[in-house]
Amino acid sequence: MTPRRDRPEPTFRGTPPFPQAARVALADDQLRANLGRATATIRTKRANAVAERADWEALRLAGAAIKDEVLRDLPALLVQLEAAVTAAGGTVHWARDAAEANAIVAGIARAAGTTEVVKVKSMATQEIELNEALRLEGIDVWETDLAEMIVQLGHDLPSHILVPAIHRNRTEVRDIFRAEMGLVGRAAPEGLTDDPRELAEAARLHLRQKFLRARVAVSGANFAVAESGTVVVVESEGNGRMCLTLPDVLITVMGIEKLVPAWRDLEVFLQLLPRSSTAERMNPYTSMWTGVTPGDGPQAFHLVLLDNGRTDVLSDTTGRQALRCIRCSACLNVCPVYERTGGRAYGSVYPGPIGAILTPQLRGIARGPVDKQTASLPFASSLCGACFEVCPVRIDIPEVLVHLRGQVARQSEASHRVPTPEAMVMRSMAWTLGSPRRLGLAERAAGLAGRMFGRRGRLPRMPGPGPIAGWFGARDLKVPARESFRAWWRRTDGGRSGDE
Amino acid sequence: MRVALFITCYNDLLFPEVGRAVVRLLRRLGHEVDFPAEQTCCGQMHFNTGYQEACIPLVERFVDAFAGYDVVVTPSGSCAAMVRIHHPVVAELARERGADDGLTERVATVAPRVLELSEFLIDVLGVTDVGARFPHTVAFHPTCHSTRLLGVGDRPRRLLEAVDGLTLVDLPRSEACCGFGGTFAVKNADTSVAMGHDKVDDVLGSRAEVLTAGDTSCLMHIGGLLSRRRSPVRVMHLAEILASTGEGA
Repeated sequence: MTPRRDRPEPTFRGTPPFPQAARVALADDQLRANLGRATATIRTKRANAVAERADWEALRLAGAAIKDEVLRDLPALLVQLEAAVTAAGGTVHWARDAAEANAIVAGIARAAGTTEVVKVKSMATQEIELNEALRLEGIDVWETDLAEMIVQLGHDLPSHILVPAIHRNRTEVRDIFRAEMGLVGRAAPEGLTDDPRELAEAARLHLRQKFLRARVAVSGANFAVAESGTVVVVESEGNGRMCLTLPDVLITVMGIEKLVPAWRDLEVFLQLLPRSSTAERMNPYTSMWTGVTPGDGPQAFHLVLLDNGRTDVLSDTTGRQALRCIRCSACLNVCPVYERTGGRAYGSVYPGPIGAILTPQLRGIARGPVDKQTASLPFASSLCGACFEVCPVRIDIPEVLVHLRGQVARQSEASHRVPTPEAMVMRSMAWTLGSPRRLGLAERAAGLAGRMFGRRGRLPRMPGPGPIAGWFGARDLKVPARESFRAWWRRTDGGRSGDE
Repeated sequence: MRVALFITCYNDLLFPEVGRAVVRLLRRLGHEVDFPAEQTCCGQMHFNTGYQEACIPLVERFVDAFAGYDVVVTPSGSCAAMVRIHHPVVAELARERGADDGLTERVATVAPRVLELSEFLIDVLGVTDVGARFPHTVAFHPTCHSTRLLGVGDRPRRLLEAVDGLTLVDLPRSEACCGFGGTFAVKNADTSVAMGHDKVDDVLGSRAEVLTAGDTSCLMHIGGLLSRRRSPVRVMHLAEILASTGEGA
């Protein structure tokens, strides 16, 4: 069975800046209902799973400390990992960017003489758009994680790190299975309903055919242990383990920050990750392998170490904490912005709060100006701080957001000969606030304007450029006071004389 | 104990009645406050929007205006958090730019003395029942910066629970952000409004007559939505309720 090649794989390229993309998502009532329900459920479950652990804060601190150690000693640890993997019969490849990584994977697949690969759910391979690259080489790619398969069959884009089809409800899933499964493999059973058990069984039958046929598998990695060369994948379904054990050749693409120094460090992360992501005490499947084992499992193992902007992130002393991320997605589930807009509005495989700080950095914001869409991401937050509260490795996401906003503002100022309207407003505000006398005069002027335009203490709707229209589209504004506090204090000596 | 009032720029301009309520409340409790006239703004808007260097003169002005006071009380959790948590960051930035001039030390002295109103009442004055009367049904919105950055905890609730005649009702998911977020409210107006409408729905569902919080910025946003939806629910700052004695309220 050959897949349809009549349309390219969807990608995030071409997504408009966040405010515009969010507007489209906000207008989709079905999406908002699906997301609201799903995030509310997982939020409560996570809170309960975390509350069971009296030492949760100590675990978070340990997780952050271990990851900081990794970032500090990264070069030496990577060399140690390479030596351990090689000694265990694996092959290590170093990829500077997406193109290099994709070429390495395609080369290995071609050498194995295959025209298809099965995939374990992996963020790193989505980041480098591996599926699209392999398809251009004539190699079919089958996603085997249930949600990733739903996304792939639906010619869709993922919207969540852990639950990429979170924006779909089960009726939509049934329709996708009915329409698409038969075009790329075993068709959905006749009369398939939207009962979750039936849907899971349909996926199982469809995928089994692919597992048994595939000779090459591609995975990501949750962790890799530098001292032993062991690679770790955690998952819920067991589909990952099928890929990791059945094919002859296994290729793992791993961001260079996924290391832990020692085996014992896994103790911390295997507690932090499941409770934070799926709200489970332990995930159902934890696969660990070290190189190859003769006569058991894949007989060739390739580990592709991916930089793709990570050393740029490492160069920023405030921003580098984003590299501690273990991709649990707890920050997405608590984010009030993500809950309304969904993941695709972020225009990146890393959505939500972590995406808003990781994506601009991976795209090189520390080196120079980035495109408008990327520059909009650090502003896609109300800075409410819910993300930092739940992050299992204590990434201070609001701190990094504000730090990146500074980079965006400075780059914008440097690249515009005439200041932008925003920069002019900020400058004139800073000038006004720079002296109590100027502030007092501005307050008197505002009070006067309020008296001219106000209706019953409110400014109901004001015409004006973007930001003004943005406020008044749905909100009234309180009229500036006739008399500022400062003027009242002076006139009445702080209420001690004259009227109160 | 020398106590200064930091009014904050938007209370100064938009909500002067909140400042007057703080003065009235503290006077009733037997404490006079000073209003250092040199004060302007904590710099939060510039800091959070990415114009951190513009904050340096504002932070310098702040520490100059409030040097010499034992406590600085402010009716804003958000601005108190800006001072206590981010003024040291601005001072560090000034040092990197070689424009420090002792700012780090001055911030280290002044910033920890800045307290949000509920912190001042409970931790410094040691009062929970401030002798207020407010015979209305009230919903309390715990603002994000006051809870997650400052950690005021249940202080505002304890103050409200002690008010004579007041019926406090809970908002579902009360810790959820209202969507104001400073310049977020205009840069991402659609998302901000969507978040705000959900908060307004919760307020209307609670049957409260009054919505209160420790930050007028969030109240300005929620109040603007309530007003546009022609809701009779009023928004009032915590200080206004605590200052109330039930006459004409």
